[in-house]
Amino acid sequence: MEQNRQPQIGNGDRGDASRRDGDASRRRALVQELRRIVGDAHVLVEDADVIVYEQDGSILQAMPEIVVLPADVTQVSEVIRAARRAGFPIVPRGSGTGLAGGAVPAGGGVVVSLARLNRLLGVDYRNRTAELEPGVINLEVTKGVAKAGFFYAPDPSSQAACSIGGNLANNSGGPHTLAYGVTTNHALGVEVVLHDGSIVWLGGTVPDVPGYDLCGVFVGSEGTLGIVTRAIVRLMRAREDVRTLLAIFDSMDSATQAVVDITAAGIVPAALEMMDKTTIEAVERGAPAGYPRDAEAVLLLEVEGVREYTERALRMAHEVCTRAGARQVRAARDEQERQALWKGRKGAFGALGTLAPNYYVMDGVVPRSKLPQTMRAVAEIAEQYQVRIANVFHAGDGNLHPNILFDIRVPGALDRVIEAGAAILRACVAVGGSLTGEHGIGLEKRDYMEWLFSKDDLEAMTRVRLAFDPQRAFNPGKIFPTPVSCGEVRRAPARIPEGLWI
Amino acid sequence: MHLPLQRTEPHGPVVPGLQIPELDQCVHCGLCLTQCPTYRVTRLETESPRGRIHLVRAAGEGRISTGERFAEHLNLCLMCRACETACPSGVKYGRIAEAAREVIGPPGSALSRAVARLAFTQLFPRLGRMRVLLRLLRFYQRSGLRAVARVLPRRLREMEALLPPVPARFFTPEAEVLPAIGTRRARVGLLNGCIMPLLFGDINAATVRVLRRNGCEVVIPKGQGCCGALNVHNGETTAAKAMAKRNIDAFLAAGVDAVIVNAAGCGATMKEYDHLLRGDPEYTEKAARFSALCRDASEFLADLGLTGPLGPVDMTVTYQDPCHLAHGQKVRAQPRQLLAAIPGLTLIEMEASDRCCGSAGIYNVTHPEMSRTLLDEKMTSIGRTGAEAVVAPNPGCMLQLRYGAQRAKAGTAVYHLMDLLDQAYQAAEDDAGRARA
Repeated sequence: MEQNRQPQIGNGDRGDASRRDGDASRRRALVQELRRIVGDAHVLVEDADVIVYEQDGSILQAMPEIVVLPADVTQVSEVIRAARRAGFPIVPRGSGTGLAGGAVPAGGGVVVSLARLNRLLGVDYRNRTAELEPGVINLEVTKGVAKAGFFYAPDPSSQAACSIGGNLANNSGGPHTLAYGVTTNHALGVEVVLHDGSIVWLGGTVPDVPGYDLCGVFVGSEGTLGIVTRAIVRLMRAREDVRTLLAIFDSMDSATQAVVDITAAGIVPAALEMMDKTTIEAVERGAPAGYPRDAEAVLLLEVEGVREYTERALRMAHEVCTRAGARQVRAARDEQERQALWKGRKGAFGALGTLAPNYYVMDGVVPRSKLPQTMRAVAEIAEQYQVRIANVFHAGDGNLHPNILFDIRVPGALDRVIEAGAAILRACVAVGGSLTGEHGIGLEKRDYMEWLFSKDDLEAMTRVRLAFDPQRAFNPGKIFPTPVSCGEVRRAPARIPEGLWI
Repeated sequence: MHLPLQRTEPHGPVVPGLQIPELDQCVHCGLCLTQCPTYRVTRLETESPRGRIHLVRAAGEGRISTGERFAEHLNLCLMCRACETACPSGVKYGRIAEAAREVIGPPGSALSRAVARLAFTQLFPRLGRMRVLLRLLRFYQRSGLRAVARVLPRRLREMEALLPPVPARFFTPEAEVLPAIGTRRARVGLLNGCIMPLLFGDINAATVRVLRRNGCEVVIPKGQGCCGALNVHNGETTAAKAMAKRNIDAFLAAGVDAVIVNAAGCGATMKEYDHLLRGDPEYTEKAARFSALCRDASEFLADLGLTGPLGPVDMTVTYQDPCHLAHGQKVRAQPRQLLAAIPGLTLIEMEASDRCCGSAGIYNVTHPEMSRTLLDEKMTSIGRTGAEAVVAPNPGCMLQLRYGAQRAKAGTAVYHLMDLLDQAYQAAEDDAGRARA
């Protein structure tokens, strides 16, 4: 196991050779203690057991030293106390579906998997809330309440596998974020375990509790403040009617203008998705959905609500698109046609595999009014860095997903792609946007935080972090930039997941 | 502050047998996790498809050894391939797991590994021996000897309980070619199989009757043998390849329009003979031709369209998707279509009908605990439907579900789809007979 040792971050005494013996015995003692707390079967130390926890859904990897799977909040609390006493960093992990390396143990340490805390504790239909543990899978929440006519709104593309705990950590969104907001808008209260093992409730069961919104601080903190062990989330009533419309454009400019105009007209679609010509080509090559190949862009718009509203909103959207220069606008006549329209969008990422063997997906956000100029900037960057970019994204909330297509076997290609990605994010920040819409900062983008925030901003954030976690024990190395850029980030090749909907 | 991201660098020998192209397609998105039965039970990444793929990749690169821990994780896999259904990237997990098992060999203790090897190389390829063994088993079950089993150690007693009663008669076709009834619509080959004619002879007879009633001339080539599925799933490919070639030769010589299989596990393997025999110049083309001919009985009949009058079978059933039919062959709609065609029969779907029942070849013997956990969950789902019977067109699932019904003390009957179709045709014939009288 010694070859797995990771230099400790923070105080950084772990790399010191003279301390190594002491380290090994501390580690042995910790393993023993953890076994006492959660049982032998749920403390992993062997290479062949922990190596699977070195990765998440991103292209980054780092080996954990110990993986522990507590079964309840008491065990979580004891595990944290033990790890802190031994001076080990703690990396919380949900389902490990993140795309920014948030669950990758950058500085080694103890990975705490919350996968066994997976009970749906209770549903209160009268107050429209559900109480659940962090290991519950996102889609299971909606499945559990669908019969009663309810749903849980945040719907990341990975919702069949991602956990509520991971969603809370990343403040995750999805296509329906546009109408219903992101995770923080649906989390009413969380039970958390802090660095000293204390168990506290933040927020409550009602939408607005007096005092600081500490539940809001916790949501989106990417595991750097503590570990959520229970959450109360909002449930929503299933809508009466759903209508979908496809608008076809001969120029990207008029398509992005249509998005701006739709927003300005006060229409709030449930989803508003865009695909560019490159993506359309991929979709039509892979599993044809009937999008016109000669179009420069298509918009997919969906409205939900009572029938009186959906009809009116659809009519308005139709007019706005036509005025913005759409060459054709057509509404799905029935559920089958609606599914066919969505099938192309949902299969778009997978279809990119018909164009190139690898891709790197970016996750920038811009104000909707800046969409036209940002899309022009993305096209310019593609030209400048000599890369091909396919755009398929949540246009409605200005959340871009430019996919840089490449072949990792070509020497230097990956470096050029990462530079182009950075340039795109810079362009987003330059127009008042942000580095991430739904994937989080994690390890991937921590060094870009300085583009968005001043030194003072980052210091203020750090003070918040230290108020919860004075020794930076939780998920060290995430979100915040490091002065020295890391030399050994291991990036694994990413193939196109067919049908993956990001 | 310097923050290096490190990994365990390769420190062992690389394993070329594990460096297969199927691995490159996995982007570790994790969408397979919640569909994996063993992950659902353990919540451990090592017992998930994504975890196992990563282990194979790491072992191939020499970053971890292919020792005991590695083998344990790979062997806890049921090979149900539910992950292939869930995967947006089209990763062929089954091939990755089979490659790994080729490296680590069959599961279990040294003794059980030796027994398994013996069975794979000496029993399945030689069906005459299988018949003799089953006759002995039948004798044992009917003599008073079974009482002696009570003194066996617990583990052996449990294995003994899994043994199905051997029927009085094995299935022996009356001729190699059986004519179609009515207008001939196709000439089809039928895989007789290894266990099917011995333990489920009635189902093979029923399959032949149903095919003939649908205008199929049925050829049961004498030269055929066991399909080799158990060998392939447990990493034994030498005997398996010889078995595949034997079947390919027998069926291609018969000049049939399709090769019909009524055991899902066999069908999935036979449809992939082309992969098993890749790199064998003499058989590459033949294997591809053969694999393209293979059809599950339900798949073939639904595509052909049922003919002739079906009488009522008054029964409420639920349907268990055999893993190697739903996940391995992507056949889901056709069996349900056929069930819907039977008058009087009501189908009530259970929750997660495509989740493994824990049978998984010899898995219920090698991993009894996990197998029973999954079986109990399955019996609960079946119980909730209130159906009086469960339909599962695969012998392994049928044995397991019968064992489950017995354990749960539920009176749930277990049928093969061909059983019920045969009953429906029989009912129509009886009606016609009565009408004439």
